[in-house]
Amino acid sequence: MNLKKSLRKLTGRSEFYITLVFLALCLLIEVRSHQFFTPNNIVDILSALVVPGIFAIGEFMVIVSGGFDVSFPALASLTGYATTKMLLDMGWEGGVWLPILITIVIGGILGAFNGLFIGYFELPAMIVTLGSSSVFKGLMQGALNSKQLAVIPQGMRSFGTSALFIAENKTSGLTSRMPTTFLMLVAVLIVTYFLLNKTMFGRGIYAIGGNATSAHRAGFNVKRTRFLMLVYVGVISALAGLCRVSMMQQMHPTNMLGMEMNIIAGVVLGGTAIVGGSGTLYGCMLGTALIVMVENSMILIGIPTVWKDFFVGALIVVGTGISAMQVTRANKAGLRNLKKEAVK
Amino acid sequence: MNKLQAIYRKDRHISRLVIMIVAWMIFMAITRFSKFYTVINFTTMASQFPEFGIMALGGMLCMITGGIDLSSVGVANVTSITMGMFMKTQMVEGSISAFTMIAAFAMAICIGLVVGAINGVLISMIKIPPILTTLGMNQLVTGISMVITGGNAVSDLPMNYAETINQKLIKVIPGKRGVMQGVLPVQLIFFVVIALIIWFLLARTSFGKKIYMIGTNENVARFSGVKVDRMLIKTYAISGICAAIGGMIMLANYNSARSDYGSVYTLQCILIVVLGGVDPKGGRGKISGVLLAIILLRLLETGLNRFPQISSYYINLIYGAVLLLVMVLNYFVEHPITKRKAA
Amino acid sequence: MSEYLLRAVDISKSFGAVKALQNVTLEIKPGEVHCLAGENGCGKSTIIKVICGVHKPDGGHIEFDGKSYSEITPLEAINMGVQVIYQDFSIFPNLTVMENLAFNTELAAGHKLVNKRRMRQIAKEALSKINFDMELDRLVGSLTVAEKQMVAICRALMFNAKLIIMDEPTTALTKKEVKALFEIILKLKAQGIAILFVSHKLDEVFEISERFSIMRSGQMVATGNTADLDDKKFSYYMTGREFESEPFKPSFESKENVLEVKNLTLDGSFEDISFSLRRGEILGITGLLDSGRTELALSMFGLRKATGGEIVKDGKPVKIASPRDAIAAGIGFVPEDRLSEGLFLTQSIADNIIISEIDHLSNGVGVLKRKECKDEVDKWVKELAIKTPDPQNACTTLSGGNQQRIVLAKWLACKPDVLILNGPTVGVDIGSKHDIHAILQRLADQGMAVIIISDDLPEVLENCSKMLVMKKGRIVAQLEPAATDETTVLSHMM
Repeated sequence: MNLKKSLRKLTGRSEFYITLVFLALCLLIEVRSHQFFTPNNIVDILSALVVPGIFAIGEFMVIVSGGFDVSFPALASLTGYATTKMLLDMGWEGGVWLPILITIVIGGILGAFNGLFIGYFELPAMIVTLGSSSVFKGLMQGALNSKQLAVIPQGMRSFGTSALFIAENKTSGLTSRMPTTFLMLVAVLIVTYFLLNKTMFGRGIYAIGGNATSAHRAGFNVKRTRFLMLVYVGVISALAGLCRVSMMQQMHPTNMLGMEMNIIAGVVLGGTAIVGGSGTLYGCMLGTALIVMVENSMILIGIPTVWKDFFVGALIVVGTGISAMQVTRANKAGLRNLKKEAVK
Repeated sequence: MNKLQAIYRKDRHISRLVIMIVAWMIFMAITRFSKFYTVINFTTMASQFPEFGIMALGGMLCMITGGIDLSSVGVANVTSITMGMFMKTQMVEGSISAFTMIAAFAMAICIGLVVGAINGVLISMIKIPPILTTLGMNQLVTGISMVITGGNAVSDLPMNYAETINQKLIKVIPGKRGVMQGVLPVQLIFFVVIALIIWFLLARTSFGKKIYMIGTNENVARFSGVKVDRMLIKTYAISGICAAIGGMIMLANYNSARSDYGSVYTLQCILIVVLGGVDPKGGRGKISGVLLAIILLRLLETGLNRFPQISSYYINLIYGAVLLLVMVLNYFVEHPITKRKAA
Repeated sequence: MSEYLLRAVDISKSFGAVKALQNVTLEIKPGEVHCLAGENGCGKSTIIKVICGVHKPDGGHIEFDGKSYSEITPLEAINMGVQVIYQDFSIFPNLTVMENLAFNTELAAGHKLVNKRRMRQIAKEALSKINFDMELDRLVGSLTVAEKQMVAICRALMFNAKLIIMDEPTTALTKKEVKALFEIILKLKAQGIAILFVSHKLDEVFEISERFSIMRSGQMVATGNTADLDDKKFSYYMTGREFESEPFKPSFESKENVLEVKNLTLDGSFEDISFSLRRGEILGITGLLDSGRTELALSMFGLRKATGGEIVKDGKPVKIASPRDAIAAGIGFVPEDRLSEGLFLTQSIADNIIISEIDHLSNGVGVLKRKECKDEVDKWVKELAIKTPDPQNACTTLSGGNQQRIVLAKWLACKPDVLILNGPTVGVDIGSKHDIHAILQRLADQGMAVIIISDDLPEVLENCSKMLVMKKGRIVAQLEPAATDETTVLSHMM
């Protein structure tokens, strides 16, 4: 009975289905290419996951609180550009700690800009971030007159190129480097997990996503919680931008713009409720990984890269469609069970 | 004075947009009168905004139902690419017959209709949230564009297509070498016709009333005997058609088609619709507001271009700032200081 | 020590030009169950908000436990032992029972980190206060309404509450659940906790409370012992009007059945329902919340497609699979929940009235005939005496009774032969309730067939010419309203 119950609990969660889909895709690629479960391929995917993964964590928090953030690519680009330019002008030759520090400060300020409007003026997050992403882009391209920066400071360069270890595919001899920036993803993941699950601040984000009025009545400081959350999201988005710049070895101002839609798709695919209040970091990472995998591994099963967008789109439509139908069915079944109990 | 106040109060949001437009026009008159207030300048503006303006009008309908359409740009591109390829097959000595052009138009509208209707079906019957449906659909149709073009541009199009759409009618302005230039761009005619149709739909038909009701409360609409599913499918189909017409105009403006053209329009269209006073939760919004928002943004951008020392990239900054400003103003009007203290 | 736990004396409060409270005095004794009644908009919720510190009064003062305050903050109110259980319970459906129970305490203690063990402890303690047992790891969203209410009550008890204010707590409960709630209230009373019970349901006021206070348009009109109150006085205090109610006698003569329902079945909800109805009759269908009465109404209107049986209209079988089919067959339906099913609150009165018949007010391609729309709206605003200066105003500007008239107007505008009303006067004040009953009787006398589905027994007995009682999805009794009484009906229902 207990086993059955926990099994039902398991199958009732969307993370369960996303895990199945994820494993199925892994197996499909493996069967078709025999190259999926090779050390270098896995390292490649993990390396491609760093930037979208950090972005997704930020987006995840905003969605859980009941909103949408479309400003993070612009925020990350502006921070990345400002940091790189500032350090180049300074002629900074030292380590990566200073770039990280500057990024955190600028990201925090830009996040606070979002937070001011969303938290204290209580405006809808999607509209605010739509406006602020325009403002950030304008600041970067207008005020800072951004151009592509082909060189980046030494500290960032070594941060981007250094490897934790090198994985080798024994059969093909191909090697892949596990970038140090992966540690950034791990760190952000751990900190965010702690914040969301072990602090009242994090539970407040869930509570606000469930019912903001109740959260206020229960004693959560709704305005401050939203504000601080957006500052944090600003900081981690900016750090993702820094990783991106470091890994690409150059600063391309518009390179990250347009990523927001796929990130949202990944987060929601991972079972995060679009109306807010529920979802897990595990599902969020899995959903993002799924999209990253489709984007990166198509070539392994012999599908030309021009099909990439098509398959990502199909994945979003089919994936969310299945979970939408699941919800409708569960509602209907729930109603029926309730009725049966009532009739008894 | 009281009369003015009454007019202002009738719809504060629209009044504020009008005030912003007037203020900007006065500012331009003071600073750059001779460069801004020329017939050619206004004619150029009138030929620039229709391509995204039409998409925004379609997006407005979706937002009134409480949804959102993020697939417009994808639909526009897939339309312009198929049209371009089709016209190339029919091209004789660099031009096409009028019949071919009409066939191409019809094809474009069909594509928009079909994709939009699929959006509508997924949203209303499968109940995928609109934001995800249209996001995925955008990706999907962009993917199709990629596949059929291999990521390359479709160019070397028949010359007379672009000429037809880009021409300016009513040739009254003396141009170079004695050739008279027109003042009425064909794009604008497209835009005006579509704006009129949509205004009529919203204000004068049962369809309009029903979509406002669906946006206000879908469940009540169902209880009131409104066929919600069918209405949503129609709405997204109309939005798809608008996007396809936008694509037709883009094809002429760029004289080529590619899967990644106009990607900035996605967010820009939503920005326009929201700036125009349409409630993203649905049920509220007027076409007049959206038209004013389109005009305001175009005037801002063109006006800014008259200051060569200012980078044209500042326009993004201004777009965003205007949106945030209007929202904050609305916030203070809806929550006056006294009331906020009480709450 | 004063005789009273709480005295709110001479409280006044205005919002702009609106005087929400005028010199209102409310006194509650320790450990009593006190009922606060009044029509919508009478100032009930404003006085509650003053007591719990959400609103600052413009005049007057509050005495709690003998100490006097000119104004209080929400935190002070909590520290003094005042707890409010709102109508929506203020719970988090996406979180567990444990978190819902423990959050307030944790936040009040200023804890920044989550300590699961401590939270579990708090939650257990909260549940033990009323000897309630519940799985702590369940999501609150999966609980029944009554269970959610228990969570809210337990949470309120964590703050050494001396006064618990319950804002219309019985609205969404079944009869059985109301009974359970009343038991809990008595248990709390035994622990010396005073309860301020807000309700406008007469029978509840009589059953649970010792003393009552009734408000009308911002003023306190009566306060005293419930024992001295009867239903005549009650409705007079509530409305300021006297009502004569006479049982309905149909006057419209008709031989043919306009509607016949034969063996209608919806799996899991109701089975084998058969009845017939002539023009001019009012049929009452009653039963408990889980009897299938609502589902029957939804099926007759095409919102839940019946799985068996048939509906015969004017002698011809009709297929009803959607509301449009029902409207086409001449069946109208006034739903139970005005806010989520009946009314587009933020839209205009005019649009609300015409939305269901809009296809008849437009030509073949859907262009509205604006003159006819306007005439139609004016006609119904006049006919049903909807109090509004301009039908273009939003419905939010109207009182509950007037809003219910709009829902009614919407369906009458479709000119139905059969009008089904599910709980036609739920949440409607007494004055409007009488008016709506009068309208329904008039409609029947003009030749409409009316079905009232309601668990308000006096309503059914007074207004119907025949009635059916449903239980567990089946019809268990067919009664003559004139020849029966509430006790008999109840015995069939239970």
